[in-house]
Amino acid sequence: MSAITDEFHRAAGSVADDDDQRAFMRKALGGYEHTRAGTEARFTSWQAARDAAAALKWDALENLHALIQQFVDKLEKRGVKVCWAEDAVQARSYILEVVRAHQARSIIKSKCMTSEEIHLNELLEHEGFNVIESDLGEYIVQLRKEAPYHFVFPSMHLRRGQIDDLFVEKHGYVSNEDPEALTMEARRVLRRKYLEADIGFTGANFGIAETGMISITENEGNARLTTALPKVHIALMGIEKIIPTLDDLALLLPMLATAGTGQQLTCYNSQYSGPRSGDEPDGPEEFHLVLLDNHRTRLLADPEQRDALRCIRCGACLNVCPIFKNIGGHSYGTTYQGPIGAVITPHLRGLQDWKHLSHASSLCGACTETCPVRIDLHHHLLRNRRNAAKAAPTMFERVVYGAFAGVMRRPWLYRTLTKGSRFLNWLGKPVAGTVLDPVRAWRRTRTLPDPAKQSFKDYWKQHRKAGDAVRASAPTVPTVPPAPPAAGAQS
Amino acid sequence: MRISLFIPCFVDQMSPRTGVAVVEVLERLGHEVLYPEGQTCCGQPAFNSGFCDQARCVAEHFLDTFADAEHVVVPSGSCAAMVKVFYPELFQGTKRAAEAKALGERTWEFSQFLVEKLGVGDVGASFAGKVTFHDGCHGLRELGVHAAPRTLLRHVRGLELVEMGEARTCCGFGGTFAVKFPEISTAMAQVKCNSIIDCGAHTVVSNDPSCLMQIRGYFDKHGNTLPCLHLAEVLART
Ligand code: SF4
Repeated sequence: MSAITDEFHRAAGSVADDDDQRAFMRKALGGYEHTRAGTEARFTSWQAARDAAAALKWDALENLHALIQQFVDKLEKRGVKVCWAEDAVQARSYILEVVRAHQARSIIKSKCMTSEEIHLNELLEHEGFNVIESDLGEYIVQLRKEAPYHFVFPSMHLRRGQIDDLFVEKHGYVSNEDPEALTMEARRVLRRKYLEADIGFTGANFGIAETGMISITENEGNARLTTALPKVHIALMGIEKIIPTLDDLALLLPMLATAGTGQQLTCYNSQYSGPRSGDEPDGPEEFHLVLLDNHRTRLLADPEQRDALRCIRCGACLNVCPIFKNIGGHSYGTTYQGPIGAVITPHLRGLQDWKHLSHASSLCGACTETCPVRIDLHHHLLRNRRNAAKAAPTMFERVVYGAFAGVMRRPWLYRTLTKGSRFLNWLGKPVAGTVLDPVRAWRRTRTLPDPAKQSFKDYWKQHRKAGDAVRASAPTVPTVPPAPPAAGAQS
Repeated sequence: MRISLFIPCFVDQMSPRTGVAVVEVLERLGHEVLYPEGQTCCGQPAFNSGFCDQARCVAEHFLDTFADAEHVVVPSGSCAAMVKVFYPELFQGTKRAAEAKALGERTWEFSQFLVEKLGVGDVGASFAGKVTFHDGCHGLRELGVHAAPRTLLRHVRGLELVEMGEARTCCGFGGTFAVKFPEISTAMAQVKCNSIIDCGAHTVVSNDPSCLMQIRGYFDKHGNTLPCLHLAEVLART
C-alpha cells in the first residue's frame, strides 16, 4: 500500500471513529438537504433544469476550442492579459512574475479552489509575500494553517467555540461566540487588508465566451472588494468553466446556488470583463487572466469520463455523500473532496496513486442522483477501478478474481466447494477473529452468519421432488406448496 | 407465468430462506417457478473490483444459464442491477452485446416484478408489527425501485409501515468496500442502524440480502436482536 493510501486509511478511520464530529456534520448537512429540497421545489422542474444544464455544459465542452478563442479574443481586446497555462508550474510562474513586477507586498484573495490546486498560497508565502484569504471560511482555515475541509464550505468542520478561540489567539479578540460578533471581528481585520493589498486575486465560476466576461459567485461581497480596491486583478480559471452565452447564467446561477447551498441565488453574482476603462471611476488598472489546463485536456480526451468536466463545483455531491459525511474532507488529501474529487483526482494527479478513492465508495449513487449537471459520478468510480486494475493489477487480486471466475463458471466446482465451505467454516471456528481469519476486517465490527445447513440448491432438489410427487398424486395444479425447511426463520 | 429464479450465490449459501420465501410467494400466486440449476453468481464482485474480463467470464455463464428464461426474477436489487444495468456495459462491443441487453430487459428485481410486471399489490400475507423498509442503493438508484416494496408492505395484514429518517442512506455494505474499508463501512452501518431504532420499528425489511447481512451483522455485534428480514420472508407469511 502506498503512503498516500495508508494516510487515507488512517485519517478516514480516525474520523469514522469520532462520533461527535460525524454527528456534527450530519446535522449541518441535514439542514442543507432540507433547505435545498425546498428551493428545488420552486423550479418548474428541477429534473428538466438538470437536463438543460447538463446539455449546455456538454455543448460547451464539445466546442471548447472555439469558445475559448472567442472568450480570449474579447478579453484581450479590452486590454486583459491572458496566460495559457498548460500546468501548475506555468500558472505559478506567470502569477509570481506579475506579483514581482508590481513589487507587491500584499495579495488579497477571494475563494478560488483552482489556486489550491496549484498550491499558490504556499508559493507566494514562500517567496515572502503576504497572502490573505478574504472569504470567511477560507480565512479561518488559513489562520489555522489547514486545507479547506469542503470546497464550498471550507471551515464547516469547526464549531463556533473553535473559531472564537482562534480569533482570541490570533487577533487578541475578546471572546464572544455570537456569530455576528465573530463575523464583525473578521470583517474588521479584513477591511484593512483590502486597503493594503496591491493585488486582488480571484477564481471564476464561469467564463462567458459571447461577451468575454468572468462570472463570480459569492455570498459575502468579499470578491467584489477584492476586485474593486487593488490596482491589479489576477483571475485564475480552469478551461472547463467556459459557457457560450450570457443568457446561460440565467439557468446556471440559480442552479449553482440551489445545489450548492440551497439558496435561490447567492447574494452576489458579478461579471468582470477587463481593467478599468478610461471613463470608469473604479476597478483595477491591470487585469490578468490565467487559463489553466493542468490535465483537464487529458480528461477531455477520455470519451467515457469527460462529462466530469461539466462540474460547476457546487459541492452537492459531497453534501449527500455518506462517505464524506463519515470521513470528513481532510481525509481525502485532495483539493477536491468527495465524489467529484474521487473521480477527477486520478486524472489530475495519477491513477495508481489516487485509485483508492474510487474504491472507498459503496457505489450508492447518491452523488449522481444529486448532481445538477448529471455527471455519472459513481459509475466513473467503477471505471477508475477498472482502468487501474487493467494498468496495474495486484498479484493478490489477479489470483482471487481468476479463481472466482474459474469457480463461478463451473457449477460442479461451485457445488463441491460450497459443500466443502461448511466443513471449512467448522474447521475455521477457532481462528475466527484472529489474524488467520480471512474475514477478520468484517468480524471486528460485525458478526457473520454461518453458512446455512442446507443451501438453496439443496432445498430446491427436495422441493422439486416433492412437487413432482404432488403432481403425480394429483395431476391438477398443486395448491399447497411443500413446507420449506426454514422459511421466515430469524437468525 | 413461467418464472426463472436467480438466487445469488451468497443467498444460496448464507440465507437460503430468502430464496425459499420467494418460491413460496410466487407459487402461492399460481406461477410456475423454475430454477436453472447450473446458476452460480452474476459476476458482480469481480466487476466492482475492476476485473472486467473475469466478470465477463462469469456473466457469460449467466447468459448461458438463463438463455431460455422468459422472466428472470432476482431477490436482490444489486444483482438485478448487475444484469440490467452493468451487463450491457460489460458486453459492449462483444458478440453477445445484444443477448446481454435482451436478458437485462427480461430480468426483474423481485418487488418490481410483483408490482409492475404482475400488477400485484396484495400477496395475501400477514405480519404483525411495526416495520421499516431499507432501500438497497442499487435497487433504489440503478433500478428506481422505491414504491413497489412499499406497496407490497402496505397490503400486508397487521403490518404498520414507518419510514426511518435515513431511509435513502446507504447501509455501508458495498461489496468489497465493506472489508477494504471496514471503519467507514461500519460508521455507515451505525448511522443506518441508529435510524432504524429511532423510527420505532420492530423489524427492518429490505429487498437486498447483502444490506441485510450488514445491518444484521452490526446489530448482532451490538447485542441487538431486532429482526432483519428480506421482503420475501415477510410476504411469505400468511
Ligand atoms: S460533480 Fe456535480 S454535484 Fe459534485 S460538485 Fe460538481 S456539479 Fe456539483
